[in-house]
Amino acid sequence: MAEAEIIALLILTLKGAVPLIFAALGELVVEKSGVLNLGVEGMMLMGAVFGFIGAVSTGSLFLGVIAGTLAAIVVSLIFGFLTLSLMANQVATGLALTIFGIGLSAFIGKPFESATLDGIKDLAIPGLSAIPIIGPLLFERDPLFYLSLIMFGAVSWFLYRTRGGLILRAVGESHEAAHGLGYPVIRIRYLAVMFGAGMAGLGGAYLSLVLTPQWQEDMTAQRGWIALALVVFATWRPTRVLIGAWLFGGLTILNYAAQGRGVSIPSEFLAIIPYIATILVLVLISRDATKIRLNAPASLGKAFHSSD
Amino acid sequence: MKLVKTLKPIAIGAVVAAAVTGISAGASAEQTKIGFVYVSPIGDAGWTYQHELGRRAMVKALGGKVKTSFVEAVKEGADAERIIRKLAASGNKIIFTTSFGYMNPTIKVAKRFQKVTFMHATGYKRSKNVGIYLARFYEGRYLTGIVAGKMSKSNILGYVAAFPIPEVIRGINAFTIGARSVNPKVQVRVIWTSSWFDPGKERQASETLIAQGADVITQHTDSTAPVQAAQAKGVYAIGYHSDMSKYGKKAHLTAATHVWGAYYTNVVKAVMAGTWKSGSTWGGIKDGMIKLAPFGPAVPASVRQIVTEREKAIGAGTLHPFQGPVMDQSGKVRIAKGKTMSDEKMLGMSWYVQGVVGKLPKK
Repeated sequence: MAEAEIIALLILTLKGAVPLIFAALGELVVEKSGVLNLGVEGMMLMGAVFGFIGAVSTGSLFLGVIAGTLAAIVVSLIFGFLTLSLMANQVATGLALTIFGIGLSAFIGKPFESATLDGIKDLAIPGLSAIPIIGPLLFERDPLFYLSLIMFGAVSWFLYRTRGGLILRAVGESHEAAHGLGYPVIRIRYLAVMFGAGMAGLGGAYLSLVLTPQWQEDMTAQRGWIALALVVFATWRPTRVLIGAWLFGGLTILNYAAQGRGVSIPSEFLAIIPYIATILVLVLISRDATKIRLNAPASLGKAFHSSD
Repeated sequence: MKLVKTLKPIAIGAVVAAAVTGISAGASAEQTKIGFVYVSPIGDAGWTYQHELGRRAMVKALGGKVKTSFVEAVKEGADAERIIRKLAASGNKIIFTTSFGYMNPTIKVAKRFQKVTFMHATGYKRSKNVGIYLARFYEGRYLTGIVAGKMSKSNILGYVAAFPIPEVIRGINAFTIGARSVNPKVQVRVIWTSSWFDPGKERQASETLIAQGADVITQHTDSTAPVQAAQAKGVYAIGYHSDMSKYGKKAHLTAATHVWGAYYTNVVKAVMAGTWKSGSTWGGIKDGMIKLAPFGPAVPASVRQIVTEREKAIGAGTLHPFQGPVMDQSGKVRIAKGKTMSDEKMLGMSWYVQGVVGKLPKK
């Protein structure tokens, strides 16, 4: 394989992982606060459709990204209201949010299915992009790609290096204890849900504004569910989310590259490799039960009601 | 009908029932009511979109004599049977079911509604009141292969495909034969995405092929992502199902498109005249069911001329894409010199011709 081809394939891998990084990091924060939001797929679709509509109708890709992020946050507030304020079942409500997002995005996006867009362009960072290999790989990408890496750093830092992160994790571990200490459990969870939704929206907008760029009904094609699986796969650790997302993206591209070179492996087998890999890693990690317990939020999915 | 799709996940049954009866209530006594069942949203390009264009053309041709309705994004399964039954029960005289997976539901419902004519696309089961139809997509593939073979400089053509079923394999082979008929050095690389519709994956597969040197990309998947990928990367693309030129103004060379309008008009006319009989139609260029989209600006006149000549020859029956000698990858002669492949053998095709890179994935 020529060096140029390897670099091109690595770039594809890195770009393909961006929607997963956004959505999974967002969901990680939500779950760390003790809330399980299964509506990632629906929120990503809202981000994708509004990102696209926003960009097409205003002519500004930046405004498109903002629109997509906000749209996902708005629909997540329905989820937040039902599960946090009305204490509805989180699993059922999250599933409903996904179904709602699929339907609503399809309806709203209908007139925009034929629209075309140039998409967000790559923006080389002066200096850094001159570094051999690393430069072309990491520093000649689009602004949202950089944002995904910045968000990775920000989430890791916030969760484990700040007081706010400690409080958020405390709420996820034991909402009663956090409440007893005087922390506003519901408000913190609302904020976490909104953050997660914004990130899912960004992931969706990346699909419709950078990766393809187009709007098609149901275009996230189950990436929301993969993001959810990634969070568990990563045992709620941001670094593992990042590695997992690259692993997923890489296996898909490796599969395609092998096929293009005529390596004969059944396509169905190649298609399931990412899932087999996930299960394998999950099994390996799960053997060390203490690690899982250390990272999984103890109050995950439980409704909270302050009894005073 | 937009509402139908939007609310489908929540309460498809109720909404569909309301929409279908709502439309049919307006039919006057002398109008023939006709129903269409679509597997995906109509969208702006693709398989279902072409059927919808066919429906519109038929309505235009027959004017006030018909009253049509359609239900889009109907899953192949239990839903399909219920919706086909609903259409039959609400007075439709002809029902077109336009996806392979509707085969058994169509046959089942047709038994109960003997006076209704059913037309099922791409299946193989028939009955007294169920006819089947299919188009010779491979004829279009062969012609677009010629364009690709002529336009490629790297002699590598990229093919993004969904699943290794005979229909798709036939297309890959016809495309390869067409390309090699004008450029024997050309090879075709195939990437299977294991999905009919996933713009993200189709884009990645296309870019992988381009990274491996392909300078013409074509597809047997449903989104327009491969054409857009080609446009973005500065290589050529050949669309499928529909004219996809607006997704890649520079890249789009042509597309193999399906045209159902004239056929639908004839079927409806025959049913109205009482002359319709259950049969199996496999129409191609000769019948106007397969057409090439207009050539893009990059295609020179010399190439256009070859393609137009061969198109005429196929229409006249003097040229067949699978005309011997055709060898498979191992060099074994699959179609002897002077012979053409039978329809039956084409329908079960499960091997690659010479020129396709890689082994066919096992099913």
